[in-house]
Order: sequence, then structure tokens, then C-alpha cells
Amino acid sequence: MSTVILLSLAIMALALCLAFVRLFRGPSLTDRVVALELFSSILVGIIGVIAIATDVPSLLDVAIVMALMAFMAAIGFARFLERGGPRDD
Amino acid sequence: MIEFLKGGLILVGASFMLLAALGVLRLPDLLTRMHATTKAATLGATLIMLAVATHFSQVAVVARAFGVILFIMMTAPVAAHVIGRAGYFVGSRLWEGTVKDELKPNYDPLTHELKSGKETEHNARRESEGDSA
Repeated sequence: MSTVILLSLAIMALALCLAFVRLFRGPSLTDRVVALELFSSILVGIIGVIAIATDVPSLLDVAIVMALMAFMAAIGFARFLERGGPRDD
Repeated sequence: MIEFLKGGLILVGASFMLLAALGVLRLPDLLTRMHATTKAATLGATLIMLAVATHFSQVAVVARAFGVILFIMMTAPVAAHVIGRAGYFVGSRLWEGTVKDELKPNYDPLTHELKSGKETEHNARRESEGDSA
């Protein structure tokens, strides 16, 4: 079981790195917001795997808060862009 | 048995997250990138939460895990819609291989106005061509 957990943690860390490349390069602000949303989804997964590995079910609350924060951030960024953020064209 | 189920769920979920990250890195424009992250990352998080539910198998934990799944499934499409809409209005460039942009002839980016039906010149012309044919 522990090899499975280590392997999945390694895969998700690699996914975080790839998403970070897009966050760094992303030509526009919207691409960066998409990368940040992907970050939070991957973090929810990592928290779930760590909850399994350490047998601490309370960590699920952290996952809930993480998902909620990501949703709020996405909505806020979208409102900001529509109400006169930086334009691309 | 349940160990194998759990391990499989975790590995498949992590692989879907890697797929989503690959998509967000490699795909050419904003909308295709969102199509990769929204679906694959949601499925990955869902599978890992199912693994958490099978691992603990207590009512409180299973209920919380399903709460996370429900919340992610409800908010991911809404967030993707809002970001895609903002991206289009801001004027993010579409991929040059895009076949169809139905909004383009009807939407005026300067006045932020969306016209429909025969109000636009483009649609009126297409309509009259259809009549004559």
C-alpha cells in the first residue's frame, strides 16, 4: 500500500510542476487563473492521499476548505476581468 | 480486496490529474486548456475521494468525502463557465485551427452588446441567401 501512496504522490507532484510551468508562462491572466484552479484540484487529491496515509480523517475538512477557496478565487478573478481588468487585444 | 480497490482508485485518480496537467501545459488556447482541466481534474479528485471513503468506512468520513465530491462536481462547471466568459470578453486569442466561432458575428466587443437573429448584417445576408437558393 505504501508504494502505491508514494507513487501517486510522485505523480501528483509532477502534475503540480507541469501546472506551475503554465502558471509561469501563461500568456494571459485567464490562463493563469485556469492553472491556479488546477493547482487546487491537485491539492485536494494530495490531501486525500495524505489522509489515507496518516489515518487522519480530519484532513478532509482541509480539502473542503481548499475547494471552496478555489471556487471563490475563480469567481472573483472573473468578475475583476469583466469589470475592466487588463485587456489582451 | 478492498486494498486493491483503494490502490487502483488512488492510482487512476492521480493519473487523471497528471493528464489534466499535461493538457493545461500542451493545449494551444484558453478554451481547450479549460476543457482539459475541468473534466480530468474533477474526475481525478472524485476518484481519490472515493478511495478515502472506502479506506475509512465510517459514516461521518464517508459523508464528508461525498460532500467534497458533490461540491467539486457542482462548482467546477460554474467556475469554468465564468472564466471562459471572462476570457472571451477580455479578448483572448483563439487557436488558429478553430473551425467555428458562433459568437463572433453577433457580439460587439466595444459596446459589450450581443445581438440575435436578423439584427446583425451577417445573419440577414445569410437568411436572404437561403431564400434565393
